[in-house]
Amino acid sequence: MSVALAPAHEGGVVEAILAARAAKEPLLVQGRGTKAGMLRPVQAARGLSTRNLTEISLYAPQELIISAGAGVSIPDLEAKLAEGGQGLIAEPPDLSALLGTEAGVQTLGGVVATNLSGPRRVAWGAMRDHVMGVRAVNGAGEVIRSGGRVLKNVTGLDLCKLLTGSYGTLAVITEVTLKVLPRAELTGSLLLPGLDAIRGVAALSSALGSPFGVSGAAWLPADAAERVPALAGRGAVALVRIEDFAKSVEYRLGRLAEGLAPFGAAALLNDEASGAAWRAIRDAVPLRAEPGDAVWRVSVRPSSGPATLATLESAGARGFLDWGGGLVWIAGPPALHERVTATALAGRGTWTLLRAPEPMRAAVDVVPPEAPALARITRRVKTAMDPAGILNPGRLYAGV
Amino acid sequence: MIAQPPPKADVIARRSEIVAGLQALLPASGVISEALRLKPYETDGLPAYRQIPLAVALPETTEQVAAVLAFCHKNGVRVIPRGAGTSLSGGALPMSDSVVVGLMRMNQILDIDYADRCATVQAGVTNIGITNAVAAEGFFYAPDPSSQLACMIGGNVGMNSGGAHCLKYGVTANNLLGLRIVTMQGEILDIGGQHLDAAGYDWLGLMTGSEGMLAMVTEVTVRILRAPEGQRAMLVAFDANETAGRAVDAIIGSGIIPVALEFMDRPAIHACEQFAHAGYPLDAEAMLIIEVEGSVAEQDDLLNRIAALCEPFHPLSLRVSQSVEESVAIWKGRKGAFGAVGRISPDYLCMDGTIPTGQLPFVLRRIGEMSDAYGLKVANIFHAGDGNLHPLIMFDANRPGSFEDAEKFGADILKLCVEVGGCLTGEHGVGVEKRELMTVQFTEIELNQQRRIKTAFDPDWLLNPSKVFPLVEPPQAADLPAAA
Ligand SMILES: Cc1cc2nc3c(=O)[nH]c(=O)nc-3n(C[C@H](O)[C@H](O)[C@H](O)COP(=O)(O)OP(=O)(O)OC[C@H]3O[C@@H](n4cnc5c(N)ncnc54)[C@H](O)[C@@H]3O)c2cc1C
Repeated sequence: MSVALAPAHEGGVVEAILAARAAKEPLLVQGRGTKAGMLRPVQAARGLSTRNLTEISLYAPQELIISAGAGVSIPDLEAKLAEGGQGLIAEPPDLSALLGTEAGVQTLGGVVATNLSGPRRVAWGAMRDHVMGVRAVNGAGEVIRSGGRVLKNVTGLDLCKLLTGSYGTLAVITEVTLKVLPRAELTGSLLLPGLDAIRGVAALSSALGSPFGVSGAAWLPADAAERVPALAGRGAVALVRIEDFAKSVEYRLGRLAEGLAPFGAAALLNDEASGAAWRAIRDAVPLRAEPGDAVWRVSVRPSSGPATLATLESAGARGFLDWGGGLVWIAGPPALHERVTATALAGRGTWTLLRAPEPMRAAVDVVPPEAPALARITRRVKTAMDPAGILNPGRLYAGV
Repeated sequence: MIAQPPPKADVIARRSEIVAGLQALLPASGVISEALRLKPYETDGLPAYRQIPLAVALPETTEQVAAVLAFCHKNGVRVIPRGAGTSLSGGALPMSDSVVVGLMRMNQILDIDYADRCATVQAGVTNIGITNAVAAEGFFYAPDPSSQLACMIGGNVGMNSGGAHCLKYGVTANNLLGLRIVTMQGEILDIGGQHLDAAGYDWLGLMTGSEGMLAMVTEVTVRILRAPEGQRAMLVAFDANETAGRAVDAIIGSGIIPVALEFMDRPAIHACEQFAHAGYPLDAEAMLIIEVEGSVAEQDDLLNRIAALCEPFHPLSLRVSQSVEESVAIWKGRKGAFGAVGRISPDYLCMDGTIPTGQLPFVLRRIGEMSDAYGLKVANIFHAGDGNLHPLIMFDANRPGSFEDAEKFGADILKLCVEVGGCLTGEHGVGVEKRELMTVQFTEIELNQQRRIKTAFDPDWLLNPSKVFPLVEPPQAADLPAAA
């Protein structure tokens, strides 16, 4: 890469895009680049980073709203929210250990552009559910706003949703407004040891189908649980979390344990152990990925999780289940790619190739190919936002 | 009358041919073309605007929808998707050269999966129909628009509808997993499914709230949730809008997010009390309905905390519902608010802006001044937790100029919402009603960006054209690239 710009203002983003457009040269769009190893690599002569867009322009705790530049790091954002006793709802993971990048630096723009959500996703929605507003610069160098700084807004097409998870291929996000929520007074978890995946997911399903507001539900095979100190030494574990006012957490965990009695006696994880366990699950610490391994995130309906995992384990992969069984983390040799994608599709789910050696990422599909009519819409929407095709070309789909 | 793009003369001229073509694709009773039977389709929940369509098609399957759309595409016929027709923004208003495609016959529940907490239904199932289908197992579908007895899930997707409980549970977009859609070209596509977070672009999110302009929805997979152990409402009355607003700030700022937090001003309280006899405090300037969930002990705990938070603002009265019946009555007043205003005024317009909640006292003061200036009464209902404001402007359509004044008053309110940092519509959609106001909130560049996305789905602008965007002639001429 010859030029890498990191403007400190939106105007600089506009200039960089106009220059790239004039030169007919593609741009590699990044925040801090911690996710460069995800999905397809981009061939680009120029780079454009939003890392220096670090202003927090608005924080209104009473309105559950924060607006921040795309370059604000997630830890900085969380620190700001902590001042108001609040936090991010979607619990975005920090996958730096898995991706071999610097920890604790990922940016808001990066997390939004990849729509990365953690364990709380199962109950409280994905990153995309909490993006209330964006400012972005499209491939023609035009500043586009969508949404706003209020919690309810259906004015015009929802480009917030379109841009969230678009991996910088449609526009460069410069500012994001998020809905945030108060942090729970207390967190607690129930741990059910010794259940196989099918029984484990049945327990998770029972917990998620209870009236007690479960906000995390994961199942880890024994070797995965071993990698998390708070969970080690008990074999396979099913884990459910409650976050609420202290009294409610106590009451709800008690009721939940009664309801889960058919699955065995539950152990209680206190606030600290629970916090540590769920941070590890969020960041995919339980997943053992060897240096040359590929990593896939497969999303199926929860009851298909155990069969999906079992099929892939028998082919030589390792994994664990989050989102009540619906999120299947898989690591294994790159040669398993077709097996993983076929298994995911057989379970009528979806998949993302999260990490793989670069030549592989350039050669294979990294997300499921779309039906022809949808692929045509994808190309047209790409052209509608980035007419010259200069923003992260090929990052999601070859040729788009 | 609202301006419409010029009707396509060739389509109108071929009317009988088009009707015959549709009849060949649908069951015998599935095409309506007689003037008298077209009448019910001439308007929606915004009856000030009316237009008899060319014909109405009532398909029963996704394949029939696809056949109808492909036929209309081939013949250059405009299509207006329609659910129950309860849109308050004229989203389902026909055009004289258009075929209304109504999905009320697609009313089957296709699949309920309690273990995976989702249900797949046809687009013509009513909102309440989903909850009714899963209630026996203790589940519910969360978004609860006040029109839920009538409005259909396809229409809810079209408008990204909300409800009184969306402060906790989110709006339609937050409760969807998958869609089956039909493009204007007649292609059937599946988006998402029973799993979370499809890879690739978020078509599910883009479709939701697209007001029938991108594709027709024929099947919807929604998340269903287990109902809480119980819920209870509390009424708190204040002597000024300002104090009620500060109490709301105090509650949210304390870390409590009630499931519902509704605000009514004095005229709204009076109108609703006459209708529901819920014991609303008639001496108050403002009233909050606050609902919490959980076990009885949890409800007590939360209500006590909230009462304590309200105390510094000297509430005139504070009443916790003592029974299920009392809670039902409290909600009956709120959910029937539009009808209640309809009883005290011959006609009313329901506005739907959103404001930053801190601006409430200022905005209500300004609305009061405007009300005096226009000589039209207004009652305000407000989803206080999320800033969604519903001023109900009362007028008398039989009095010359009254409707026009009400419209101008409404437009002034929405402009004010945008000025203070909010938006034109929180849940009712832009439709035709707020079309020309879009330039208040968006730049021409932004509107053209949205238009180009519409073009990407529907290059000929056949699907619900003349909605959402200010009319430009012809609509697709605004610097839009030819379809790839
Ligand atoms: C008394 C009353 C109370 C209301 N309360 C609320 C409320 O609390 N919250 C709220 O959000 N709204 C409320 N509304 C507004 C209205 O009910 C909602 O917008 C509702 O979602 C419309 O559903 P519908 O089936 O009537 O759709 P319609 O009015 O028929 O259509 C709505 C829009 O969606 C499009 N559309 C319909 N079906 C499809 C489909 N299958 N595919 C693609 N596009 C489609 C139409 O073209 C139109 O643009 C209320 C309305 C009334 C009359």
